[in-house]
Amino acid sequence: MILEAKDISFGYKKNANILENFQFTMENQERVGILAPSGWGKTTLCQILSGYTKPQEGRVLLNGQDIHKIKGYCPVQMIWQHPEKSVNPRLRMKEVIAEGDDIEERIIDQLGIERDWFNRFPGELSGGELQRFCMARALGKRTQFLIADEISTMLDLITQSQIWTFLLTEVKQRGIGLIAVTHSRSLMDHIATRQIILDDIDS
Amino acid sequence: MDDTLVTSPLQISKRKRLNQRSKTIIYLVLGLTFLLLIAVAGTLLSHAAITTNFMQKNLLPSLQYPFGTDWLGRDMLARTLRGLSISIVIGLFASFISAMIAAILGTAAATLGKTVDEVITWLVDLVMGIPHLLLLILISFALGKGTFGVIVAVAISHWPALTRVIRAEILQLKETNYVKIAGKMGRGKLEIAVKHMVPHVFPQFLVGLILLFPHAILHEAALTFLGFGLPPEQPGIGIILSESMRYLSLGMWWLAVFPGLALLITVLLFDLAGGSLRKLIDPYSAQD
Repeated sequence: MILEAKDISFGYKKNANILENFQFTMENQERVGILAPSGWGKTTLCQILSGYTKPQEGRVLLNGQDIHKIKGYCPVQMIWQHPEKSVNPRLRMKEVIAEGDDIEERIIDQLGIERDWFNRFPGELSGGELQRFCMARALGKRTQFLIADEISTMLDLITQSQIWTFLLTEVKQRGIGLIAVTHSRSLMDHIATRQIILDDIDS
Repeated sequence: MDDTLVTSPLQISKRKRLNQRSKTIIYLVLGLTFLLLIAVAGTLLSHAAITTNFMQKNLLPSLQYPFGTDWLGRDMLARTLRGLSISIVIGLFASFISAMIAAILGTAAATLGKTVDEVITWLVDLVMGIPHLLLLILISFALGKGTFGVIVAVAISHWPALTRVIRAEILQLKETNYVKIAGKMGRGKLEIAVKHMVPHVFPQFLVGLILLFPHAILHEAALTFLGFGLPPEQPGIGIILSESMRYLSLGMWWLAVFPGLALLITVLLFDLAGGSLRKLIDPYSAQD
């Protein structure tokens, strides 16, 4: 499994591209960490790589197939930065998790999701609790690449390390390619096999 | 200190006051019950509304005839109720058809691509640009007046506002993260529509439907008043009002005042019911 980005250019305004001729290739054994300053276009890049946003130029290919032409379940899944926007406020959590691709009980338990959360609505859970659901939902059977856009920002340090430990073993075991956008160098050193750093600030 | 605080008049009045939600529910239930009563009473009184009694003509409002009688000795209370129920039934049909058109066109505009969207938006602007009453008269006249003509005319002229609302809601929903995520999870368009769109749009649709009633009723009455609506055998409120015009100069004020007031109250009740329902379903709009 190879995820490729070829000659990606993208801008929200005319003549002001935030991504210019961006090239990127990764295999599903790799774990790429991205560290970049605010406004660099990290989230935009994540959205383009996972096929949510169409780049103005260039293509994203999964095993040579254009990601926008994939029908049905997309093997490249993204976990968004804001979990409260990623779930329909009118659905109960069990319906939210049912949208995923056969999520295993094991994953739900290891993420520390409690059974009585299943009957609640998103508004009755905290951001951290919601984010666990979003992670579980993205880890469906057919997921080959996982793109995590600053997913642990709203979690406390203990939960953060728990969740990353789980995510790391899960990704290694199943051979899922991981792209992690983060602000923490120590986290990146811990998880990434390849680092993309576009930042000079120490953190 | 604490005792004086607890028993101060301000505190008591605060505790006794109903909360906003239960007040809204009471308005809604009262409004709907009253309207239902009018509709049922009017249907039962269909015979009384056209019974003439020349011994009792031109009577002032009294205990026996609370709304008085007209120049043919017909009971104005029965006629008013009958008229209102006709108006309510016509309003029901017209706003239902209108809301259906709005639902179909709004959904089509939001989902079937740019060209369809442009055509429907243009159509909405076109119908909104024509004065309502003119459009009503033309359509009703072309269809040969009568109940059918009135229903079609009111239905055809009232869909644009709700179409806009539905189109905007769906467009907004399509851009939300959770709908996009559901797509990436391989969920089909129909499943997304049923699970994510309908539960959000349907309440708005329902409120829009109820708020169409008062418009439909008023326009039906206006159309009939001008002579382009219901035939004279059917004592719609518009007919009653236009007939009473000739007798106003004779000092028979009750022929116009009571039916007019009744129409006003009915319309306000529908407005109240719709407004309350909106507040219950979409609490954010209560601040508007």
